[in-house]
Amino acid sequence: MSAEPLAAEVAVPLISTIVCPKSAAPSTIAIPTIETETREEEALDVPWQVVVHNDPVNLMSYVTMVFQRVFGYPRDKAEKHMLEVHQKGRSILWSGTRERAELYVQQLHGYLLLATLEKIS
Amino acid sequence: MEIRRRKNQIEISELDPFLAELLRQIPASANPEGAPAAEERIFNPPINGEETEFCAEWKVYVEPELRRLFQTAAQTVAGDLEQLNGNEKNLANRTLRIPCKHADAWLSALNQARLVIAAKNSFTETELSDHLHSPIGSRRDLSLFQVNFYGFLQEFILREMEC
Repeated sequence: MSAEPLAAEVAVPLISTIVCPKSAAPSTIAIPTIETETREEEALDVPWQVVVHNDPVNLMSYVTMVFQRVFGYPRDKAEKHMLEVHQKGRSILWSGTRERAELYVQQLHGYLLLATLEKIS
Repeated sequence: MEIRRRKNQIEISELDPFLAELLRQIPASANPEGAPAAEERIFNPPINGEETEFCAEWKVYVEPELRRLFQTAAQTVAGDLEQLNGNEKNLANRTLRIPCKHADAWLSALNQARLVIAAKNSFTETELSDHLHSPIGSRRDLSLFQVNFYGFLQEFILREMEC
């Protein structure tokens, strides 16, 4: 099982800055607009994981190819996850924000794999 | 039957009428409509538990996209399979040429068909592991052979895509 770093997933406030030439400076200073990306507190605190479940129909080589394509994993890592699915019934492919986990599950369903997102307990 | 890669095509030659017919059945076999077990397998829930609102949204927004994706793949395969149409008397020793750019569509359609057939017949893992099962016997035997034959084609396409 491998978890990707979450640092890149945390929302960072976006501060709009406007640079004005001195000659055109307004007599009153406007408070800069701070745009924040709103997310559920829960989504930030509790990461989610993408789980792939065993399926006797899907071929091992096909599942490996899908893991390589969807997650960009090298072949050996993709095979490791594929074997984990086959032998243990499930494997955690990725963990992070819910939004991205949903996207991965959608992609995996597009390849007809049995995939779900789960909240990390 | 012979299968090989030729430049930018996968060529399946010396197709006897039986295997040609199995190939022609791929698009129809991939369709889960009318079989709840197959529908459930192809459009499985994205989350376990009680997130009914999320599952409902998934059905409204994601499922139609998936349905379109699967139908497009099946249509591409159906287009390639038109090579096998024509005079039934000439079905023996037919050749099917699949452009390599259609490989993904074939992988998807073959997978859809295998999953739908397996769900309709409730094949067990033991049955699915029996790759030498004879197609002669019952309709179930034929379906199992179909799943294995499509799996063999999938394996070949996957191997050729890696080269």
